[in-house]
Amino acid sequence: MEETPPEKTTQRLRPPIRNVGILSWIRANLFNGWFNTILSLVFAYVLFLTIPPFIEWAFINSNWVSTSEECKASSGACWSIVTANIRFILFGFYPHDLQWRPLLAVVILVLLLFYSQNRKHWAKSLAYAWAIGLFSMGLLLKGGLFGLVSVDSSNWGGLPLTLLLSVFGLTAAYPVGIILALGRQSNMPIIKSFCIIYIELIRGVPLISLLFMSSVVFPLFLPEGMSINPILRAQVAIIMFTAAYIAEVVRGGLQGVERGQYEAAESIGLNYFQSMRRIILPQALRIVIPPSVSILISAFKDTSLVVIIALYDLLKTTQTTLSDPKWMGYSSEAYIFVAMIYFVCCFFMSNYSRKLEKELDTDL
Amino acid sequence: MNDNLTDTTNQDSPIITIKDMHKWYGDFHVLKNINLKVHKGERIVICGPSGSGKSTLIRCINRLEEHQRGKIIVDGIELTNDLKNIERIRVEVGMVFQHFNLFPHLTILENLTLGPIWVRKTPKKEADETAMYYLEKVRIAEQAKKFPGQLSGGQQQRVAIARSLCMKPNVILFDEPTSALDPEMVKEVLDVMISLAQDGMTMLVVSHEMGFAKSVAHRVLFMDGGEILEENEPNEFFGNPQHERTQLFLSQILN
Repeated sequence: MEETPPEKTTQRLRPPIRNVGILSWIRANLFNGWFNTILSLVFAYVLFLTIPPFIEWAFINSNWVSTSEECKASSGACWSIVTANIRFILFGFYPHDLQWRPLLAVVILVLLLFYSQNRKHWAKSLAYAWAIGLFSMGLLLKGGLFGLVSVDSSNWGGLPLTLLLSVFGLTAAYPVGIILALGRQSNMPIIKSFCIIYIELIRGVPLISLLFMSSVVFPLFLPEGMSINPILRAQVAIIMFTAAYIAEVVRGGLQGVERGQYEAAESIGLNYFQSMRRIILPQALRIVIPPSVSILISAFKDTSLVVIIALYDLLKTTQTTLSDPKWMGYSSEAYIFVAMIYFVCCFFMSNYSRKLEKELDTDL
Repeated sequence: MNDNLTDTTNQDSPIITIKDMHKWYGDFHVLKNINLKVHKGERIVICGPSGSGKSTLIRCINRLEEHQRGKIIVDGIELTNDLKNIERIRVEVGMVFQHFNLFPHLTILENLTLGPIWVRKTPKKEADETAMYYLEKVRIAEQAKKFPGQLSGGQQQRVAIARSLCMKPNVILFDEPTSALDPEMVKEVLDVMISLAQDGMTMLVVSHEMGFAKSVAHRVLFMDGGEILEENEPNEFFGNPQHERTQLFLSQILN
């Protein structure tokens, strides 16, 4: 201390070092005070009671590739129900020999999604890539061209159906929701009241009733002999439903953009569409990334409700597998597997939204 | 101070004509019988207590607010509900706001080129060059790649001035351009405004910066209760105010 001569200006000081060792962390966070200590001990005991048996069941005593008889003989988890029926769970009643086609379609979709993740790739070429990708996915599923055997859409099922309903549903619902939100803010009374009525009506009914209406009521209005593909009908119901929720979230975002931004956009002469497209929506949509993603995630999971109009989505194919007498009683394993698929998709969405939020944050 | 600034006006054809203009907010009569002619190259400072309607007046000129009676004619175009006319006038009339209102999601350069590219349909390269020219002029060119949130208030207001210059307007309206700034940043913004004045820009400035008014303005307007109570050239206005409200206001603001 003696060696350093006193300086005239105030010294730059480093922040004090805080204790960061594991032991001190444990003491500071788990055992500070008698109440927290008791809580920690009780919780540790509960973990001790549950975790080891679960690991034993799921990994140590489990069967991964076996017949159902071997499963019955062991006490562990019977993952064989998944491995033995994986093709039915994932692809439903799609003809067995042709299942490479939905598989390829899903692979194309996943690749496109991963490529689109990076905002640097957002250019016109990406739009073309999606157009080509969607066309080839449709072609692969439906067939009937280029020597591919035609497969009726009533045989589509499992993962491709779930992904189809949600990816199309969410991407179509978002722009519709934005238009509804803008309409609700419009000065034109007819457009405004139409949007309000639409949003309130749709939000006032459960998705299930919309799906029922699309499959039972709607066909009554069609001329005789005409029918619309049930997948398409479910798709439209999902889009309409999700759009109403998106609209309200986006409206919140529009209100969150300062009045001055609208005025500044107007004062440099931008017209309504230009100022919305260039100034207001980019800011409003960034504000509402977290609630939008919540809606998208729940809409993704809600696609499983299409079982009630007899579509074989991922959850329904799993249930069907469970009704096979050979595999009865292994529902935990099958449902855990499906839950993992849903979880991976949802986790991906919420992670990506967080990344996007950070990237778009420009007020530093 | 005033010598190289005076003879730029052209007395023949006013660029802004306001005739018997009234405006109400609901039942509240905000602007009463406003008459004003602004000639090309003229610089007018409008002052008055808060709530006197001075901001509302200039916001009517580019139709951020609607007037309900009387006429506003800008550059030969009358302001009506016709959207095409409103858009044409907004291109001719620049506006600088109290709170800058830069677009926070765009870089400084993008803030400046947005109008020229989408409204004036200028090619991007040319718009970039113009933008850099004006950024240079407000002495902030090195910040072009940053976002507004990374700049100080004074810098942001200079960018806002450059943004309106990029549209090559005939008139610029300033709505209390320095009143949201920290004291040490007021000067850098006023300096930019003075250099604009030296270039002969037509300016309507709502401001309480009396030094600015004295050195740059051709006319000073005093508003209270929605009316223009007094209008005079600056020396006369500050040295010999006629109306007692003006005298009171000046004595309060100068102390």
